[in-house]
Amino acid sequence: MTALKVLVVEDSPTMRQLIVFALKRIRNFQIVEANDGVDGLKKLSAEKFDLILTDINMPIMDGLKLVSMVRNDPNYKTVPIIIITTEGAAEDRDRALALGANAYITKPIQTIQILDTVKRLLNF
Amino acid sequence: MTQSDDKSGLNRADDFLQLFKKGAEFTQDLLKENERLRFRIVKLEESLKERDLVGGTALSQDSARLLKKIEELEQEKAEILGRVRRAEEENQDFANRYVEIEEENNMLANLYIASYQLHSTLDFKEVTQIILEIVINLIGAEEFGLLLLDEKTNKLEPIACEGLELGQLPSVGVGSGIIGDSVKSGENFFTESMEGYQRDFLNPMVCIPLKIKEHVIGVIVIYKLLTQKEKFTSVDYELFSLLAGHAATAVFSSRLYSESERKLSTIQGFIDLLTK
Repeated sequence: MTALKVLVVEDSPTMRQLIVFALKRIRNFQIVEANDGVDGLKKLSAEKFDLILTDINMPIMDGLKLVSMVRNDPNYKTVPIIIITTEGAAEDRDRALALGANAYITKPIQTIQILDTVKRLLNF
Repeated sequence: MTQSDDKSGLNRADDFLQLFKKGAEFTQDLLKENERLRFRIVKLEESLKERDLVGGTALSQDSARLLKKIEELEQEKAEILGRVRRAEEENQDFANRYVEIEEENNMLANLYIASYQLHSTLDFKEVTQIILEIVINLIGAEEFGLLLLDEKTNKLEPIACEGLELGQLPSVGVGSGIIGDSVKSGENFFTESMEGYQRDFLNPMVCIPLKIKEHVIGVIVIYKLLTQKEKFTSVDYELFSLLAGHAATAVFSSRLYSESERKLSTIQGFIDLLTK
């Protein structure tokens, strides 16, 4: 079975580690980490990913900008994007989903929530 | 009467006799046939009765067998339904257990990562940043601060915060107010009602003293939770316990390390000056 590639874009190393820890419980994903939106875009252009998880509030380039840029790239029109953020307001959620995110998870995160969302979006 | 008349009369009598005989024979035949048919009917009735008798027994045996089979099947059905019910109950138990285990897993993952991160560096700034990250991302606080004890003044001084300006946080004497009392006693403080809480810098909703054994070195004070965070869960209390111990040792050791590094570089500079 070919390993699916997942990009985790998050400025907090603690959160990155927690997300990676959760993802490793599902299957043997090939996980690549990025510190911010710009780093994320660089990594997205270097190789093809099957799933993107991103925070919103990050330095240099935030998650929403990243989502909108990713959706403008023909290679990433349909790749599932999951937002993981502290922003719990309905308008933030709507904005993220309107830009092209497929799921919106608010912090503090429950690993089971990440697992369920990833499984749902990747049809496991 | 003429002779011819006599003859014709005899002939007619013969004819009549013949006819009568034939009628008698026919009647005899009919009687015999009737007798034969009656005998046949009786026989048929007997055979029918016999057949009914034999067939009825067979039928009742079949019915009994079928009834027994139905009874067995009914019992089997009841047994299967019982098993299905038990399996469903077990499934429900497993589902509940699964949720509990997932919650435990979630809690252990959070604790492991928090602990791992806290001890991943000896840089004081990084340690304070990690404490802030844990409180934001794992506990779900929006406005909070970290105060450390100044041993010389015996006062708690703010050194880092999130969602606030550092200048907004108070310096608090040990034993003074809710924060000072919590530090003095070493006990966590949680406000009684989270719903009606109004931010007051001297009266936070949560105080978590950072302790190394019984020695308190600082305190985390929380003033506001994220909108989606309505209340604390069991994992939060575990994280508070972890922060109380691990954050304290991480802060203490990183401070010592930073000081020793600073002293080392001073001494090294002094030695270099002397030896040159």
